[in-house]
Amino acid sequence: MKPASFDYHAPATLAEALELLGDDAVESRVLAGGQSLVPMMNFRLAVPEALVDLRRIEELRYLRTGADGALEVGARTTQAELLRDPAVAAGWPLLHAGVTHVGHPQVRSRGTVCGSLAHHDPHGELPALALALGATITVAGPDGRRRIAAEDFFVSFYEVALESGEMVVEARFPAPPAGSGWSFREIARRHGDFALVGVACLVAPAETRLVVFGAAERPLLLADPGEVAAAVRPLDDLHASAEYRRQVAVQLAGEALAEARERAGG
Amino acid sequence: MADPGGEREVRLVVNGVERVAAAEPRLLLSDFLRHRLGLTGTHVGCEHGVCGACTVLLDGEPVRSCLVFAVQAEGAELRTVEGLAGEDGELGPVQRAFHEAHGMQCGFCTPGFLISLTALLEERPGASEEELVDALSGNLCRCTGYANILAAARAARDQAAERA
Amino acid sequence: MSTIGVSVPRIEDERLLRGEGRFVDDLRLAGALEVAFLRSPHAHARIGAIDAAAALALPGVVAVIDGRETAAALEPMVFDIAKIVPEAVREATAPAVRVHPMPALPTERVTYVGQPVAMVVAESRYLAEDAVDLLAVEFEPLPAVVDAERALAPGAPRVETEWEDNEAISFAFERGDVDAAFAAAKVVVEESFRSHRQHPSPIETRGVAAGVDPQDGSLDVWSATQTPHLLRDFLARWLGRDPERIRVRAPDVGGAFGIKHSCYPEDLLIPFAALRLGRAVKWTEDRAEHLAAATQGRDQVHRIAVAADAAGRILAVRDHAVMNAGAFNLLGLVVPYNTFTHLLGPYDVGAFGFAMRVAVTNTAPVAPYRGAGRPEAVFAIERAIDRLARELGADPADVRARNLIGPEQMPYETGIVYRDGTDQVYDSGDYPELLRRAREVVERERFEAAATERRRIGVGYAIYTEGTGVGPFETARVRIEPTGRVKVLTGASSQGQGHRTTLAQLAAEALGVAVADVEVVGGDSAAVPSGFGTLASRTLVVAGNAVSEAAAAVRAQALEVAAGMLGAASYELEIEGGTIAVRGRPDATLPLGAVADFLTPFNPARPRGAPSELAAESVYRPGPVTWSAGVHVAVVAVDLPTGVVEVLRFVVAHDCGRVVNPAIVDGQIVGGVMQGIGGALHEEVLYDEDGQLRTGNFMDYVLPTAGETPEFELIHLDTPSPLNPLGVKGMGEGGAIGPPAAIAGAVEDALADLGVVVHRGPLGPSRVRDLIVAAAGG
Repeated sequence: MKPASFDYHAPATLAEALELLGDDAVESRVLAGGQSLVPMMNFRLAVPEALVDLRRIEELRYLRTGADGALEVGARTTQAELLRDPAVAAGWPLLHAGVTHVGHPQVRSRGTVCGSLAHHDPHGELPALALALGATITVAGPDGRRRIAAEDFFVSFYEVALESGEMVVEARFPAPPAGSGWSFREIARRHGDFALVGVACLVAPAETRLVVFGAAERPLLLADPGEVAAAVRPLDDLHASAEYRRQVAVQLAGEALAEARERAGG
Repeated sequence: MADPGGEREVRLVVNGVERVAAAEPRLLLSDFLRHRLGLTGTHVGCEHGVCGACTVLLDGEPVRSCLVFAVQAEGAELRTVEGLAGEDGELGPVQRAFHEAHGMQCGFCTPGFLISLTALLEERPGASEEELVDALSGNLCRCTGYANILAAARAARDQAAERA
Repeated sequence: MSTIGVSVPRIEDERLLRGEGRFVDDLRLAGALEVAFLRSPHAHARIGAIDAAAALALPGVVAVIDGRETAAALEPMVFDIAKIVPEAVREATAPAVRVHPMPALPTERVTYVGQPVAMVVAESRYLAEDAVDLLAVEFEPLPAVVDAERALAPGAPRVETEWEDNEAISFAFERGDVDAAFAAAKVVVEESFRSHRQHPSPIETRGVAAGVDPQDGSLDVWSATQTPHLLRDFLARWLGRDPERIRVRAPDVGGAFGIKHSCYPEDLLIPFAALRLGRAVKWTEDRAEHLAAATQGRDQVHRIAVAADAAGRILAVRDHAVMNAGAFNLLGLVVPYNTFTHLLGPYDVGAFGFAMRVAVTNTAPVAPYRGAGRPEAVFAIERAIDRLARELGADPADVRARNLIGPEQMPYETGIVYRDGTDQVYDSGDYPELLRRAREVVERERFEAAATERRRIGVGYAIYTEGTGVGPFETARVRIEPTGRVKVLTGASSQGQGHRTTLAQLAAEALGVAVADVEVVGGDSAAVPSGFGTLASRTLVVAGNAVSEAAAAVRAQALEVAAGMLGAASYELEIEGGTIAVRGRPDATLPLGAVADFLTPFNPARPRGAPSELAAESVYRPGPVTWSAGVHVAVVAVDLPTGVVEVLRFVVAHDCGRVVNPAIVDGQIVGGVMQGIGGALHEEVLYDEDGQLRTGNFMDYVLPTAGETPEFELIHLDTPSPLNPLGVKGMGEGGAIGPPAAIAGAVEDALADLGVVVHRGPLGPSRVRDLIVAAAGG
């Protein structure tokens, strides 16, 4: 299990990175934390001609609160850095709680927030969290930057609304409104595994955002647990049956909404 | 650029010693450590980021070295199992705890566990039970059934908490 | 002070803790080439043309070896043990055993996904894998059969075309009047129970390295094997070389559990390539290869019926089993016959009928995996007894207690012939006491206090017996150096069991020296001329007694020589702490090393004709196996809406005879139990209908982690074995035997009001939900 040969670039600026990614003659991929890409390369399921490593791009390394109070996460920020930041735990408790379920410490130390979004495993926690929190994903490409709402970003299994030559540069998580409550629940085979099925829920005074994940080709944003059974399109795989995922999605949605409401009220 | 997929020099610090060796971009850090630098204490068990046997500290953080290319570690500071003993050459507290609690059998997965636990206790000397389990559940052991590994981890934690 | 029964800290640990272990892949052989295999992508296919031109053209590729080349040089592989059927076994069960030899690399057909087809030898593993991608092999897919029962059905695709069907083994046995007992019974239960296929998956995969000694042309092989001497003898035969010109070493080995016991095609091919190329060659299996091509375990279905009277006394058991051997019947009767001889376990049952059929299929070969047929037997009988208890409305532990063989019945003849051809006799043990002690500490109430309507608590039991310490022999050589250090050389190798410590304790005890002064060397075919290896819970019994005997012989020798040196009679001497002393003469002492020194040829005063070293060798040949036993109790929680099963507490009451190192014994038990928990809840090897492996990585083949570890309670009852001088019994496998049955029983108990019946594992959340939904009527 050794990866095939590839060209390796570690540009120092985003502009250089975009230039490399924009070269249509070479099939390049972005290397951020590598926690999803490198296993696929070791199995030779992914055989990119070149990797563009973000490790030297300082302008993408930030975790800050923007002028509008949103949490801005640069493309180099790891999941571990996010968890270590007390401002995240205090201001975005749903995000914090959900990210503790991502893999293990050895994964979170390398894995990036934006990388998980771009990779879009529908059983992964971060796409669901982005959707529940109404995040916006900023992508950059040859034609400049654009912002994509989480609702529009996740398309299907491992597919997102990125055009050729584009990469994710930032994820913005709006501050949950005052008086909101949250809940995060998932069922996994083992501690640290991808979820068989899970729910991320944010109850704000004006809006309830209930996200079911692991139950369709992308996380699903719903308003009410009553919609879950009809909305999900779960996979039947060796870890769980489709019917299991449907039943448990309904169950977790109900539990999560109740918990989030309780937290909102308290 | 001449032969961008070809070998290049990788310079890093391992266990306090500067090391330089050649690596083509695809060379995994695990293979670089083991076969270029001769540090065979870091073991390889799955090469897809599940078993944790290859865990090393990269700039102080635990990482799976089978999921890092050696070229990505250029300029980094690494610690491997070979660097866990004290300056006097005596076993470090985490190593001693594994010995005293019989937290190892074949010893193949042990270096990964030692590194994962070291990483945790250096960040959180008084780690909770939940944090211990979280830190260790990214490492697979097929011999011990984990009970004695957890016992070793608790003993090492108690000592670390006392020192802190 | 005796060191037996003391948890002496392990001698092995320090090197391993410092990262100074030496596993096969850690060895640095000068100029070694590396190997990657092209493996079959098909479960069953005809092999057409193999075009290696592009692969060979890749810089750094040294050779591509395929079946055409190896067929000319290497006979297809077949293992003696697959064909051995003792006369008494033949008379008792009339087994039909068919074995078809396994080509190192096939020329005509591949019969399972992962089977090696061609090997690339290159300057690095990276390059070798590049070259594998460039090999062009024409495969013509053929119909495949995956399931054993389907393989035995008429018209199934044939795995071995020279056979008229897929039946590799069949045997049957009857004792007592089974039909009459069933006819007279008050209660009869009958069910099918499946032990699903699992993978041992030690964290170190397989690995082989070989080189030719430039000095004398002898072949050096390093292999992550449980049986270095057997591998040496096998290589000698297959490569046509003298065994003394082959040295096989098992350096540090990272777990095995049966998977490193067989001789594999790769074990033969790597030395073959080294000889052919005249260079060192190394192959380290990767995890994908390991999950596809190393031997797997379990995979049996039992149709079992139990007849009992109204009081729950079992009158008869009838069991028809089918086992899946995978693509090759590698080891013959070993596993299926173990299932047979362990089915009744600790129970005193009048009539017994048993039939076993073993099928070859287009899946990876099945071979012993920790327990080797016993967990399958225990799953069947213990599940059936749970059904019986439910039928009777009785406590499952009470029903078990009612049927156990009592200590007053020991030695207990089962009326069955064991696999070695001897009568199966339980030599010692107190099964009712084991059960009683286990029941005392279940602490069900503590967990039930926290139960809710959705989170149910259940308790399940499994009791097993295990024949341990099988022969034929093991060798030990004990030598005292002039420094006073003691060297123990043995054929038993270690894969983490702590033999360097346990065997050192035995030598230290027999000699009267400190454990720290003993060094144990195993895993090297050059250390002792013949040996067998570590498998089947045998090392403490067979190698342990060999070490003890050899050490006692050296002691006697030392005392005799020392008597002359000290001017005393040997019976007046004693050894303590490595010092020989004359009783009652405190001034007359001699270090043990001085005796060895006295015998060296450098000593002009040494008596003519005296041996030139202080050493002795023992080849210990055990008689019939000695019987360990255990009671496992699982306490689980089942969450109704999500189907998540959590093992909360696991109680083991265990009897493995005299215990040498309690910490090591406990470690073996807990490790075995955790493997059993993995199999009970998570692990399953899955193939699709076409024989494609669906669990080819560690995301899909799910090993348990520290997060799934329950609390453990271990109880020891040490009934010494009367069958060997040390009174020891084997115990390496016992931990893995009971958990699948105990956990299935506990889940059933937790869901008793729903009437759930667990017919198979693993009990992952999805399967448990299915059971709940089905029982609740959808």
